[in-house]
Amino acid sequence: MANDPLYETIIGLEVHAQMLTRSKIFCGCSTTFGAEANTQICPVCAAFPGVLPVLNRELVQMAIKTGLAVHGTIRERSEFARKNYFYPDLPAGYQISQFELPIIERGELTLDLESGEKKRIGITRIHMEVDAGKSLHEGIQGASWIDLNRTGTPLLEIVSEPDLRSSREAGAYLKKLRSILRYLQVCDGNMEEGSFRCDANVSVRRRGDTRLGTRTELKNLNSIRNVMRAIDFEADRQIDLLESGGTIVQETRLWDANLNTSRSMRGKEEAHDYRYFPEPDLPPLVITRERIDAVARQLPELPDAKAIRFSRELGLSEYDAGVLTSSREMASFFEETVQQGAHPKTAANWITVELLGRLNREGLEIEQSAVTPRRLGRLIGLIQSGDISGKIAKQVFELMFETEADPERIVAERGLKQVSDTGAIEAAVDKVLAENPTQVQQYREGKTKVAGFLVGQVMKATRGKANPAAVNAILQAKLSG
Amino acid sequence: MSIQAETVKQVAVLARLQLDDQAVPPLVEQLSNILKLVEQLNELDTRDVVPMSHALDMPIPERPDEVVNTNCKDALLANAPDSVQGYFQVPKIIE
Ligand SMILES: [Zn+2]
Repeated sequence: MANDPLYETIIGLEVHAQMLTRSKIFCGCSTTFGAEANTQICPVCAAFPGVLPVLNRELVQMAIKTGLAVHGTIRERSEFARKNYFYPDLPAGYQISQFELPIIERGELTLDLESGEKKRIGITRIHMEVDAGKSLHEGIQGASWIDLNRTGTPLLEIVSEPDLRSSREAGAYLKKLRSILRYLQVCDGNMEEGSFRCDANVSVRRRGDTRLGTRTELKNLNSIRNVMRAIDFEADRQIDLLESGGTIVQETRLWDANLNTSRSMRGKEEAHDYRYFPEPDLPPLVITRERIDAVARQLPELPDAKAIRFSRELGLSEYDAGVLTSSREMASFFEETVQQGAHPKTAANWITVELLGRLNREGLEIEQSAVTPRRLGRLIGLIQSGDISGKIAKQVFELMFETEADPERIVAERGLKQVSDTGAIEAAVDKVLAENPTQVQQYREGKTKVAGFLVGQVMKATRGKANPAAVNAILQAKLSG
Repeated sequence: MSIQAETVKQVAVLARLQLDDQAVPPLVEQLSNILKLVEQLNELDTRDVVPMSHALDMPIPERPDEVVNTNCKDALLANAPDSVQGYFQVPKIIE
């Protein structure tokens, strides 16, 4: 339960993020997803005797970037280690990982909670390691098949402190982390394709207790929604168990998204003893201050900093700034719209209300929008110059979405240009006043509210194209004259 | 420190070695002797010695992120005990 009065839930997350290098971590094989089985492997991947791993420089750069982005400490000296276990998709019999001396230690990430509060979540460590291959079992009689294409794909394992207290916080943490990795362009964050994977360590304890309860590890969580559902299910299961006098067993549990339940993996894996030891084939990795500084200079503006700039310099609300920086794509869309001359607040409104509303209805991402930032910026420009009213602009926006045409063209072709010509508006006002003597009388007797009705009549007479400010001014002048 | 029979059996399991019961006692003795030899290091004061994981004092070599390998599936599969349709085939892993 997210808010059990007696118990609190303690969650720590381990994320495995595939790094977007072109080649693998220790050899020159391609990392492209979806290639024909075993066509992207070499003797290093297949762990032939005598092969030697050679570290990919770009992976180290990406790890440093990630470490800086989460305010972590980059170790001057880190080491690779062998994690020993047998599985057919790991032909070497060990995974090259980092153990005692990971490249990054002690980072943090700030969550913006729905309550408006900010919460700092500690990151224990980030280390580099190789991914394993894939095993196929289904539909194969008496055998399993192994595809080693994924073997050696570089991963960063990002381990959080047990600082998360609800499935919602866990979801917010994953979204924030994924957004940062995408901003950095080091990971595509695709959970369905497995390039951003998450295991959750969950325990519960009575409120007020300071000792941690026994935890279980949840695996097979292939979407943020599933992570959240699995955590809620597990917390409930543990609380029920404790309440009925049982004890929690430390174990790994597999989430079944179809059945909405988890099952124990007990018995399937014997107590692990990975017998880590320093990788003899790889000397320690030494990272100089100069190298870190050089990477720091290339870091893009990250979501938190961008949100602060959007609200302080561009005058957006914190909420709008948060929405518009939630992804790199969203932020660029906004910034490009503003570059067209659109007022930032107006642009923010149009994007968060009209555009995102329409995209949500169509199930589209912002990068798939038929209305480009250039066109949206120019549409807003037409409102700012008085060429069209805000109301007409909404019509034009819908047409832009459907026809992918420029706003100027739609306005010209459909004759939607706003009438600011005083003569034409005056004629329309005179006509409306003549047709509505009762309301005019009421206005002059002090019921000034009827002005709204009269303005509406003028707008109607001009089919919405009259400049509302001009209509108001002329109407007021004539009524009080 | 001497090693127990249970430890020898556990290490054998982890290393996927099949030991019959007669093989255990001699291994207990041999492994205990090796540990005793290493334990002589305990006589030295190593408080000021930085732990060393590698004998070579060299930085890790790094290579540029370039794809230089091309498909050599057939040559690699030819070395496997068994392969089917471009996959390595192994005894059934689960169930
Ligand atoms: Zn390879």
